[in-house]
Amino acid sequence: MASKPRTLYEKIWDSHVVERLDDGTCLLYIDRHLVHEVTSPQAFEALRLAGRTVRRPDLTLAVPDHNLPTTPRVDADGLRLPIEDKQSAAQLAALEANAPAFGIDYIDATAPEQGIVHVVGPEQGFSLPGATIVCGDSHTAAHGGIGALAFGIGTSEVEHVLATQTLQLRQSKSMEVRVEGPLGPGVTPKDLILHIIGVIGTAGGTGHVIEYRGRVFEEMSVEGRLTICNMSIEGGARAGLIAPDEKVFDYLKGRPYSPRGEAWGKAVAWWRSLATDDGATFDKSVIIDAADVEPTVSWGTSPEDVVAVGGIVPSPDSFADPSKREAARKSLDYMGLTPGTPIEDIPVDNIFIGSCTNSRIEDLRSAAQILKGRRKAANVRWAIAVPGSGLVKRQAEAEGIDRIFTDAGFEWREPGCSACLAMNPDKVPPGERCASTSNRNFVGRQGPGSRTHLVSPAMAAAAAVTGRLADVRKLGTCQEAGG
Amino acid sequence: MKQVSTIEGRAIPLGLKNVDTDVIIPAHWLKTVSREGLGKGAFETIRAAPGNPFDVEDFANAPILIAGDNFGCGSSREHAAWAMLDMGLTAVIAPSFSDIFAGNAFKNGILAVELPQEQVDRLLEVAAEAELTIDLENQVVTTPFQDRFEFEIDPFRKRCLLEGLDEIGLTLGSDSEITKHEQMREGTLPWLDKPKRREAA
Ligand code: SF4
Repeated sequence: MASKPRTLYEKIWDSHVVERLDDGTCLLYIDRHLVHEVTSPQAFEALRLAGRTVRRPDLTLAVPDHNLPTTPRVDADGLRLPIEDKQSAAQLAALEANAPAFGIDYIDATAPEQGIVHVVGPEQGFSLPGATIVCGDSHTAAHGGIGALAFGIGTSEVEHVLATQTLQLRQSKSMEVRVEGPLGPGVTPKDLILHIIGVIGTAGGTGHVIEYRGRVFEEMSVEGRLTICNMSIEGGARAGLIAPDEKVFDYLKGRPYSPRGEAWGKAVAWWRSLATDDGATFDKSVIIDAADVEPTVSWGTSPEDVVAVGGIVPSPDSFADPSKREAARKSLDYMGLTPGTPIEDIPVDNIFIGSCTNSRIEDLRSAAQILKGRRKAANVRWAIAVPGSGLVKRQAEAEGIDRIFTDAGFEWREPGCSACLAMNPDKVPPGERCASTSNRNFVGRQGPGSRTHLVSPAMAAAAAVTGRLADVRKLGTCQEAGG
Repeated sequence: MKQVSTIEGRAIPLGLKNVDTDVIIPAHWLKTVSREGLGKGAFETIRAAPGNPFDVEDFANAPILIAGDNFGCGSSREHAAWAMLDMGLTAVIAPSFSDIFAGNAFKNGILAVELPQEQVDRLLEVAAEAELTIDLENQVVTTPFQDRFEFEIDPFRKRCLLEGLDEIGLTLGSDSEITKHEQMREGTLPWLDKPKRREAA
């Protein structure tokens, strides 16, 4: 067993197999479980109905994020404000009751640590390299950025993990996405992952776990790696991974749930052993030349519909596959776009900077760098910045970033998922266009009839100040590569 | 889980590719704490268009849906499966499914049948006028016109569906194995246990 070279994915998988059944299904042990208010109430209810308990309450952490309004949550006296939407309030109340009832740690909606689950997990040191991490949300893949095997699950699986701390799974195939060469100036991790999805397609990683490999990822910040792995699901892969290294260890050291003392040393020693062995093979391999990656924008209603900012809205006829041609026609109709239009001529009405893809401190800094001393264009009706967690928000405020945003005409909000999925009041109105740092441009994702263009934080800021999709590199200050 | 063996009836010939779970059930329907009643919101945006296949009278209460590649991609929301069940769907036929949706469908007793595109195209044609039959035991989809398309299914999932097994109950049967793993883990990867919160250093 020890002699055969293994991938990072295989190493984590093997160390978590509880039992291998005859038909190849495995019972996999789950180290960390994150729970939020939208996909958990039915799971807790089912546990109650079956008279079951939570096997390992210590391995689960609950935090509300999807549904919470991003307007202030307490009044001037620090008293909690009610949530107007009755159903949202009921979901929050259910989580607030279920967590203590089952002995699970709960981060309250008004706590400074509250935020989007996928921002909170690594930030609290709850998510660790080499761990198996699940959550009832497909962007759980994000935690792969610190070298964890992390994937989204449905509510029945949430219930299964609560009751047994395991999942019945089949091992996925392994896929390598190797990026060669450095990223150009003004090109960020978000641009890179959008480009990768454009190359492999939204079903390119189906049935696979992707490992992102190459110097570019070694040089990338932990925040950038979280952004990359976050969108693995948009490429069809349930999980994405980047080998953990010193940057990750530095990031995690001293966090509230991180191991400490002797345990820390042992943990780091094991984490170091997790990299893919020389000679290990992948079932599928894709090579990307970093020189091909430009600041990237989505034009359609699927995350694979991407183009470099200097490009044009493609014609449906340019696609060889007839079903893709038809899909492109529908997308363009929904998006209100004409083939041949230069991307930089597309005006935007709304700007959303936030979501678990791009709401960490580095994302806010990168947008602020563009916004500093500038204001949003007159045609931009609504611009909103939603930090990924209370801690990110405080850090940004300490650096004066909130002022840069508000001076530029942005609203500065409380943490949560917000306009990423528009479950709370933050919505893009029908027919309006939004430059968004989130991860999905699906029909109606940001509100019924909304039109989403996925971009990086710097590109969202550039769109805010110019009033149209714009090349951030033409605005003077720009983030250096790999940022 | 309720038992599933043969599904017979009309099939809604949707045929669309990349039907994501936001399309199956938009986010504003997710503010519920129950699994019931989501059928009202199922495929809302598609149903808003006049002449959509869901509103054709022949397909009222059809148990089968036929779709294109990559069905159920996107969000992990199990509400998609609940919404489909609530509108009476118990099987989906498509050339491919997203991994998460396939799992959610299975756990709710919805049969996800994967067939090559040409066979799906043929079924889309047949569905316009006739009923289909999906026989899980023999892993075959048939039509009244002698079409006979065999499909693959994970043997474990097949057994669970045919016998109506409760997956959690099954896993709890491995309780001692789980405990053994936990003890092993305590020895080799001790930092993964009982993380106690503390103030950041
Ligand atoms: S920000 Fe968006 S993608 Fe991320 S967890 Fe929230 S809803 Fe899901």
